[in-house]
Amino acid sequence: MSCCGTAPAFDEIDEVSRLVSGKLAAFLRTLRDNGFAVGLAEGQDAASLMTSGYAARPGLLRSALKHLFSARKSDWEKFDGIFDAFWLGKRVRSRSFASGSATSANNPSLKSLQEGAQQGGSQSATDQVPSADDAPASQDGEGRMEGASRAENLIEVDFRKLADPEQVAQAHEAAAQLAKIMRTRLTRRDLARRQGHRLDLRRTIHHNISHGGVPISLVKRRRKDKPLRLIVLLDASGSMSLYTGVFLRFIHGVLDEFREAEAFLFHTRLAYVSGAMKEKDTARALDRLSLLAQGAGGGTKIGESLQTFNRWHAARVIHSRSVVMIVSDGYETGDARLLGREMAALAKRCRRIVWLNPMAGWEGYAPEAKGIKAALPYVDLYAPANTLKSLAALEPYLARL
Amino acid sequence: MKDREQIAEALAKSGYIADSELATAISLMQRLRRPLLLEGEAGVGKTEVAKALACVHATELIRLQCYEGLDQSATLYEWNYQKQLLAIQAHRGDADSIEDQIFSEKYLLERPLLAAIRRDKPPVLLIDEIDRADDEFEAFLLELLSDFQVSIPELGTIKATSIPHVVLTSNGTRELSDALRRRCLYHYVDYPDVERESRIIMARIDGASASLSLQIARMVEGIRKEELRKVPGVAETLDWAAALVGLDVRDLHDVREIVHETLMCLVKTREDKGRLTREVAERILGKVA
Repeated sequence: MSCCGTAPAFDEIDEVSRLVSGKLAAFLRTLRDNGFAVGLAEGQDAASLMTSGYAARPGLLRSALKHLFSARKSDWEKFDGIFDAFWLGKRVRSRSFASGSATSANNPSLKSLQEGAQQGGSQSATDQVPSADDAPASQDGEGRMEGASRAENLIEVDFRKLADPEQVAQAHEAAAQLAKIMRTRLTRRDLARRQGHRLDLRRTIHHNISHGGVPISLVKRRRKDKPLRLIVLLDASGSMSLYTGVFLRFIHGVLDEFREAEAFLFHTRLAYVSGAMKEKDTARALDRLSLLAQGAGGGTKIGESLQTFNRWHAARVIHSRSVVMIVSDGYETGDARLLGREMAALAKRCRRIVWLNPMAGWEGYAPEAKGIKAALPYVDLYAPANTLKSLAALEPYLARL
Repeated sequence: MKDREQIAEALAKSGYIADSELATAISLMQRLRRPLLLEGEAGVGKTEVAKALACVHATELIRLQCYEGLDQSATLYEWNYQKQLLAIQAHRGDADSIEDQIFSEKYLLERPLLAAIRRDKPPVLLIDEIDRADDEFEAFLLELLSDFQVSIPELGTIKATSIPHVVLTSNGTRELSDALRRRCLYHYVDYPDVERESRIIMARIDGASASLSLQIARMVEGIRKEELRKVPGVAETLDWAAALVGLDVRDLHDVREIVHETLMCLVKTREDKGRLTREVAERILGKVA
């Protein structure tokens, strides 16, 4: 059931005229260009629907094809627009993106979308491809792979030295990819490592029939460990502003891929952002977040933020296999002693605390800020995180937990 | 298509008020023999679709509630160990014959998925909250849904005697695999509009008058527009309507106090309770004609 680029063969369906099947194939291509996962089987089903009378009534056909071709809510929402544009020749209202998000500044995906459609050779499709809506979907396809391969030379560049918006976008993409890879590896190791001692009755009985049913040699079943839960607390204050973009993308990837993850953002206060981050569309998620993140300016009250976390959220989000990851430069403008106290309380609750400090990667940096000094005794892993490479280096550590 | 209206009508008779898109989806589901994947917020009536569908086809509903760590022995089949042990104890003969005996149909316990493919009349198989199960189960399910056959090592391959109508529901707590999504027809269940919601209330709650149902639906619509953490679903609306009918309410405007006190049927977190203050509730109620 491979989903190859060619149009399905409709030879076996005589009733569909060559013209209609050609048009349908072009429509399928348009859908694929827009990020729909459409296979051969769907194409054939669509053709058989059209022969059975649906084609005569566009409204009904649209509704039927919508169920058939959509696979997720984002597909569901944009299908009507694509359908109308393609079959009925209507212009599609373009949804305007809120400016200020990390990826919407220049929109390479839209360009590549149109190029891709032209290369596909379907003239009828190119004219009517709906605009801005579909940018994120096409990123899922070709765009992302491009980013990953080119990102290799970015891997050791400090995030704050990335100036070119295209490079920044690639770094963001790579961070999201990294989060994805980390998750897959973690679960695989989990499987390989699993231990436990539960009796497997089925195999035991099978093995012991020759003993007359007396279970002499027992067969045990190994239990799979519960997955690691990752809780990320990201410092979004002014001093971190050069890094927040990349880390937001990283967190978005983490939330998307880890089965259990929660995210919080703090500057002078703490905000629970998992909800906003669960948005599948990265640009929209970051837009929603930018409101929260912009509250910076006054400085960082890590201690107070942690206090809020311990008081209101910790009981709910932390369990025995939780790792708390704090991403901050440790410049505390509040009370450093409070930070120490709250770190102690947090350390009692969770399994590990990882503190990522982007500045720790700078040459000649020493943890002298009083905030970080107060916190360090309770931190299990203190690591630099200013390049993609340093983020990747975390994975083996997390896998061992 | 005629069958679409017929389906909508039949669903309405069984107490489910469907919109035309859902009716299309169900008619396609029968025509193309594909599973139907329903996504949507909690409490918009995804599970009810399957129940109503079973009612329409006058067939059995087999439900599999998913959770993390769900495995084959809980979903497909399990051997009846106690019985097997007893049989071995009672049997004094050579090992081969007892082996054939205890690994036979008689000792097999059907679980939902196996049950669903072995019925004479195709049942409705509801796989509820598939997003709660893990990836491994999803992969296994994919195989079952494409071949409709199961292999049991001790017994051999069991082919489906009838292909069930499969409905999957998901709350979107986890991203489902593309392969599974592609195999299914997709329908996004949204909150109903005022008109449909009031019809749902009338269909489900005995003694709810048309005017009260409409008021309740308008009020709930207003509440959904507030920035709440947990937006009330249809299930909550029905709870609230039942509460109001039970308290003998005829018009929301006459009983503002009761309205405020019964809002706990709709609002389920402390944060939301703080947001939906008396003033806010009054304001929304004021807009309800």
